[in-house]
Amino acid sequence: MGKKEDNIKKAKNLMNKLNYIRNIGIAAHIDHGKTTLSDNLLAGCGMMSEDLAGKQLVLDYDEQEQDRGITINTASASMVHEFEGSEYLINLLDTPGHVDFGGDVTRAMRAVDGCIVLVCAVEGAMPQTETVIRQALREKVKPILFINKVDRLINELRVTPEEMQQRFVKIIAKFNELLNRVVPEEFKGKWDVKVEDGSVAFGSAYYNWATSAPYMKKSGLSFKDIYNYCNNNDQKTLAKKSTIHEVLLDMVIDHLPPPIEAQKYRIPHIWKGDQDSELGKNMINTRESGPLALMITKIIMDPHAGEVAVGRMYSGKIERGQEVYVAGMPKVNRVQQVNLMVGADRIPVDYVSAGNIVAVTGIRDAIAGSTVTGDSDAEPFERIVHVSEPVVTVAVEAKNMKDLPKLIEVLRSISKADPSIQVDINQETGENLISGMGELHLEITDYRIRNEYGVDIVTSEPIVVYRESVAKKSTQKFEGKSPNKHNRFYIEVEPLPKNIVKALYDNEIPQNIKKHKNDVIKKLQELGMTKDIAKGVFSIQGLNIIADITKGIQYLFETRELIKEAFSGVMKSGPTANEPCQGLLIRLVDAKLHEDAIHRGPAQVIPAVRNAIYGSITSSDPIILEPMQKVFISTPQELMGDASKELNQRRAVVRDMINDKDMVNIDAKAPVAEMFGFASAIRSATGGRVLWNTENLGFEPLPRQLQPEIVKQVRERKGLKPEPNPAGYYMD
Amino acid sequence: MNKGRLTFIGLGLFDEKDISLKGLNEIKNCDKVYAEFYTAKLTGANISKIEKTIGKHVEILSREETERGDKILKSAKDKHVGFLTCGDPMTATTHIDLRLRAANMRIKTRVIHGSSIVTAVPGLLGLQNYKFGRTTTIAYPEKDYFPTSPYQIIKENKEIGLHTLVLLDIQADKERYMTANEGMKLLLKMEEKHGEDLFNEDSVICVVARAGSPKPIVVADTIKNLIDRDFNPPFHTLVIPGKLHFIEIEALKTLAQLPAQQIRKLQKL
Ligand SMILES: Nc1nc2c(ncn2[C@@H]2O[C@H](COP(=O)(O)OP(=O)(O)O)[C@@H](O)[C@H]2O)c(=O)[nH]1
Repeated sequence: MGKKEDNIKKAKNLMNKLNYIRNIGIAAHIDHGKTTLSDNLLAGCGMMSEDLAGKQLVLDYDEQEQDRGITINTASASMVHEFEGSEYLINLLDTPGHVDFGGDVTRAMRAVDGCIVLVCAVEGAMPQTETVIRQALREKVKPILFINKVDRLINELRVTPEEMQQRFVKIIAKFNELLNRVVPEEFKGKWDVKVEDGSVAFGSAYYNWATSAPYMKKSGLSFKDIYNYCNNNDQKTLAKKSTIHEVLLDMVIDHLPPPIEAQKYRIPHIWKGDQDSELGKNMINTRESGPLALMITKIIMDPHAGEVAVGRMYSGKIERGQEVYVAGMPKVNRVQQVNLMVGADRIPVDYVSAGNIVAVTGIRDAIAGSTVTGDSDAEPFERIVHVSEPVVTVAVEAKNMKDLPKLIEVLRSISKADPSIQVDINQETGENLISGMGELHLEITDYRIRNEYGVDIVTSEPIVVYRESVAKKSTQKFEGKSPNKHNRFYIEVEPLPKNIVKALYDNEIPQNIKKHKNDVIKKLQELGMTKDIAKGVFSIQGLNIIADITKGIQYLFETRELIKEAFSGVMKSGPTANEPCQGLLIRLVDAKLHEDAIHRGPAQVIPAVRNAIYGSITSSDPIILEPMQKVFISTPQELMGDASKELNQRRAVVRDMINDKDMVNIDAKAPVAEMFGFASAIRSATGGRVLWNTENLGFEPLPRQLQPEIVKQVRERKGLKPEPNPAGYYMD
Repeated sequence: MNKGRLTFIGLGLFDEKDISLKGLNEIKNCDKVYAEFYTAKLTGANISKIEKTIGKHVEILSREETERGDKILKSAKDKHVGFLTCGDPMTATTHIDLRLRAANMRIKTRVIHGSSIVTAVPGLLGLQNYKFGRTTTIAYPEKDYFPTSPYQIIKENKEIGLHTLVLLDIQADKERYMTANEGMKLLLKMEEKHGEDLFNEDSVICVVARAGSPKPIVVADTIKNLIDRDFNPPFHTLVIPGKLHFIEIEALKTLAQLPAQQIRKLQKL
């Protein structure tokens, strides 16, 4: 039996020994070595042949990721490792490193309990290091630190042992500082990483060695020895004596929590249902005998098996033929195959139980982020995808008309696997829109459609997605009349305070208001909303809230769902440019209804409310918000001028500029719309010697002088008349 | 001076012969005739029969056009316009908004009445008009919309001993007319939702189908006995009786075949 087969057998046996399981991720700033490390860990555990490691890239099995050198997708792999005389099952989920796809990272974090954060010894903590730490802690995932590329310090930068130690101290201090900014209160001080206890390791993923304080003790290899091995160009021996997978997996087992421990504090955080219910108790205790609770973190397209859903089991077990429900979907799904994942291989097993990572086929309704249970009414896990994410759109058409049906199929399937891709299919015009988190995100999707799915397409130039909002509070209520004129709704609008918008963005306010009424009221009051308004809140749509502050209006309750429908419609498409609204507090202040239900049905109420909301936005100084990006540039001193020039042409604001030896790090902020084509522009301006990356920063008001022109452009593109309607238009 | 005029003319209940003589003469003097049939229609007649009877082209307005009203009001500015509606123009389907807007534009308005379901149904059943409370309509439930206010209205009426005329949804644009059977089912559903024991399968209910036609159905019996009976083409109307006067009981017996067993029960109340 080969080592791999042997390991598979062991893995199956370890699945229900909860103290002997770790679910982990690896996260890092791009190029800090995550892929290299993942492969070497797998190879070290005998999950792939050793000489393939580093070339094969098991986790990056998307061919195109190798081309670009960016990890895009999250697959999972199970490994077996022995520590202090016992065998452990380590489920590794690959977390993508590129921030354009933040949704993916967060979902992967949801499925793990701990995370190795890689920091390059040469570059130190970079912007995405901060991002991944934040993402981990937001999910109460415990991070530990691996300082990578230490070989380069010695061999390229020729630092002395003392300088090397100083660098480590600096990186560790920075790491703890970043961690403490966002660490949950209960873990303050407890999750700091320290060299002494072995929650920090350092080494070289590329040369396959690492060490930590406890491992030095165990192996007898001192810091000095290690330095010398590198210095003498004998990292091969080092890799034999202090192998990276031994060191890091020891660290993982020693410092990251098993599911049975982690689920105790993670469940109340990621699941807002009744903790004392049967489901709640079984999840908190990671019970195999409990009802099924599975959170899907990724959908993989397999040429043979079709859609494979990968996710974390929090309670119960999942087996072939089982009938399951995907939260929010009405139909029963039947589980087909249940697998453990080993790199790109799926190993069929009879069942997978609570505390593990599973890959399942047959759950047709699942998308990345879905909750799967055995009960159609079960409370789902907290939402992950950020509501306001897509910022860039392209139109795609099939090159050959006959491919159109296939294209539509492919688009649907892509948005299932990557919910941060939003697809709008227009059956009539054949024009389909894909929206994503950035230019690169869409380029990659474009590439996938052509190469993985083999559909030839034509895509338009990218355009940004805007948001609509208001600059001031309405001065008076706006009356919306129903077509039959017998019903009237009175609406006022105002900008939502920033902290409430942020709380909505961070998913801190439950979406299901009916179910969590008291929580919502409490939370909103804490954020400064008055009690009267907080009590009246009855729907949230994106980053907008509607509250009913009327009192004792007969029959109004019967129209509640219709008001919601109108509200939701307007929030998806505002009056100024038919773009989504953001940051609005809509208040229903009065209503007059017809006596008989027949004269206040959907055909009457929906247009009345819609007009009232449109009108009140239009008369409250409507503004357009545009998506912004953080642009981080690292340039040699002498190219500083060229880099700055590129930024200046793009309405960018430089927020910080730090000299670091002969390099300058520029931290700037620029509108996404202006950043199109930046990649090639800066490459040709600086001969490719400038490193840069971007991160979405959300939406900010478009400069006023640009607003009329942009509104006109967007409206004309959508086939609307160039000017928005005046408020008077919505009066009758 | 303004010579515009807008006359609302009721077509009455069933076919083209239900219009009053006065209404007919008025149409003959109109420069332009509109009609709407989205809230009701004359089951026994089609538009060409009506046109033939009145000897004029009639332009039929959609729900949207009627609600917007601009077409009617524009022509009524300087013409004499007739606007035909089923039943009595200001009763079950209310066109008061249009009339007020016309009045504001200094257009002279006038109403020529037609017979209305609101009086026809009590009349056919022999129930006294004085003893009816507020009228209500059961709407077809739609996604997210199942108004149960009819239940509240029936309840309030019942509490003071009054009958309730229950009209049933008409969506002429979709050719959907709620049957008495659907209406009864929805009432039971409302009962299930509110659970105030207002009625159950054994409660007496009255059904009138095709009021105004030569062969209307007029029956009173328990919901259980009527809920699956076929009442044939539209329109159907329900009445939930309150406290019955002895003459009313007698009328239900004679005109609506109320079974003897039910009569005895009602007399005891
Ligand atoms: N010298 C050296 N190079 C490394 C080390 N780890 C990774 N690299 C190189 O750094 C580059 C980026 O590594 P990769 O694993 O793709 O980074 P990722 O973007 O974080 O997945 C590749 O060229 C690797 O060969 C290391 O420990 N030492």
